[in-house]
Amino acid sequence: MNNQKVPLIHLTKRKALPWYAAFGIRAAAIVLALIVCALVTTLLTGENPLQIYATMFAGAFGTPRKLWILGQQIAILLCIALALTPAFKMKYWNLGGEGQVLIGGLAAAACMILLGKTLPNILLIPIMLAASVLAGAVWAVIPALFKAKWNTNETLFTLMMNYVATQLVAFFIIVWESPKGSGKIGIINQATEAGWLPIIGGQKYLLNILIVAVITALMYVYLKYTKHGYEISVVGESERTARYVGIKVEKVIVRTLILSGAICGAAGLMLVGGTDHTITTTIAGGRGFTAVMVAWLGKFNPLVMVLTSFLLVFLSRGASEISTKFGLNQSFGDILTGIILFFIIGSEFFITYKINFRKSAKKEAE
Amino acid sequence: MFDIVSFIPRAVVQSIPLLYGSIGETITEKSGNLNLGIPGVMYVGGICGVIGSFFYEQSCGGNVNGFLALAIPILCCLIGSLLMGLIYCLLTVNLRANQNVTGLALTTFGVGFGNFFGGSLIRLSNADVPSIALSATSSYFSHHLPFADSCGWFGKIFLSYGFLVYLAFIIAFVSAYIIRRTRVGLQLRAVGESPATADAAGINITRYKYVATCVGCMIAGLGGLYYVMDYACGIWSNDAFGDRGWLAIALVIFTIWRPNVSVFASILFGGLYILYLFIPTGMNLSLKELYKMLPYIVTIIVLIITSMRNKRENQPPESLGIAYFREDR
Repeated sequence: MNNQKVPLIHLTKRKALPWYAAFGIRAAAIVLALIVCALVTTLLTGENPLQIYATMFAGAFGTPRKLWILGQQIAILLCIALALTPAFKMKYWNLGGEGQVLIGGLAAAACMILLGKTLPNILLIPIMLAASVLAGAVWAVIPALFKAKWNTNETLFTLMMNYVATQLVAFFIIVWESPKGSGKIGIINQATEAGWLPIIGGQKYLLNILIVAVITALMYVYLKYTKHGYEISVVGESERTARYVGIKVEKVIVRTLILSGAICGAAGLMLVGGTDHTITTTIAGGRGFTAVMVAWLGKFNPLVMVLTSFLLVFLSRGASEISTKFGLNQSFGDILTGIILFFIIGSEFFITYKINFRKSAKKEAE
Repeated sequence: MFDIVSFIPRAVVQSIPLLYGSIGETITEKSGNLNLGIPGVMYVGGICGVIGSFFYEQSCGGNVNGFLALAIPILCCLIGSLLMGLIYCLLTVNLRANQNVTGLALTTFGVGFGNFFGGSLIRLSNADVPSIALSATSSYFSHHLPFADSCGWFGKIFLSYGFLVYLAFIIAFVSAYIIRRTRVGLQLRAVGESPATADAAGINITRYKYVATCVGCMIAGLGGLYYVMDYACGIWSNDAFGDRGWLAIALVIFTIWRPNVSVFASILFGGLYILYLFIPTGMNLSLKELYKMLPYIVTIIVLIITSMRNKRENQPPESLGIAYFREDR
């Protein structure tokens, strides 16, 4: 027996880690990642790392205006991540957040342009809401129907739907362009402000932030305390079990994706009607993909996702400040985000598995 | 009316980045790894080649050695994309992370990496040039056969390309042969279909996944290199590569995991990609935007049809997207 070779390390699954230990591992990963990020930044700019972090903080929290922008960006990113969460929990990889937001925004813009002159705001805004929610839901439910019926690969289907949506928006931008020949839609209804979401408390972004706060709370309750939420988790854990206990899996998929798309559509409305008052093909700005990581890093828990979206937005705002200050390219933020994500993704391993080292033969004997 | 002799060469040059990407992704997916980081890998491949040849052109002044001008970018490109592949493997194979999330993170990182160095390379290296234009290196990459011009339409359609185009075709057929006809290919497919069975048969799962993913990334990286050096004449502009990486992943499904089919499918896609330039729309510019949807809609239709027909030989590798852990049941 003693001659047999024992591997140096072997892995076992942990039963469950107390929350503080899991939290500690993640925090350690983030700290490590920040150190690596600082090293990379120092290599590229030649500044000392502390200076760089001071710049990042200034970029994210420096002025009240920057704070509001931070809040707004967290709100939109969180909103899209919340939309994707029920689908992910079901193990349905909805990578189409980008397209669903775009199409929701397009619907809102269409209402503003076509109905802005005839209807008062009190009628127009509900119509816009209905249109964007419906548009987002339709965009999300098309892949879902095929997934439910023929098990079509949803990852690529939703991905392709993004580009169809982008081209559709590009098409309508040329149709509605103003002034003619500029290739873009300027601020819609600048004079009348028709279809602009109301500004509350004198702050442009406050309404969006409040709406998303409400959606966060509702989503938390929906996933945790309702029958629908329970069905989603069962389908996600095991489709066979779900079928065995009589859950109609197809119905759950379609229903969840309608919800998912509807929230994405609402995010589009908030962007077009609430803040930008125009539409471009880049209005979602890659948030559909970043939201995937927000949701996954937050373990599909809406409350934790507030933190993860804060982390990612903070990084990108901070990095953009660094790039402005040192005359570097804006994409610097993506590199930092990538590095941090690698570390957090990697750290999950140490939460799930335990590493056992080979005990020396002497110790065994004792 | 429809100028086919000028259409086909343009479709072919459009198709090559897609072809490299899809061969790389096919090899990766055969080992059961769904690498959504391919768009990022292709950016990194492209920019690493650019960085390599940028410094080479800066250091040697005017007289560029033909061999080095080709070897340095290719080597840099391969090393860059290999590193991306290693990051992916470390996270998904050793640390068993979720492949979709890892892939997306890799894409975020890679696209950011490409755009960052593309936009800041000149400032970082304190060079006194207005923009990255590697025309000397690029001329070696796009150098085509000397007698191509004298062969009329035949030369234009078949002989007018740089060597990376032919290399792509060769890689496609060789990898198709290896996957379908050799022992290594059989074992690779076994790893992708059922890692537990392959493991029981004594195949080293970790090694196969690593090699397949890294080789796949290196091939995909060449697609990025081809794009900047040959197609874009050595001029890097940020985000110009666009969504070709995602199309390459879609192409894998389109070709039902066969690199040899990919040769023709990618030319078809390349054609769809530029079809809007050849369809007369008159003054109505907006219609062109709708024509640009074509490649995506065709992909969706193929996706639906393959899932509806549900033939066994047309299905993705059984364990695609799932990390393997021996002790798991």
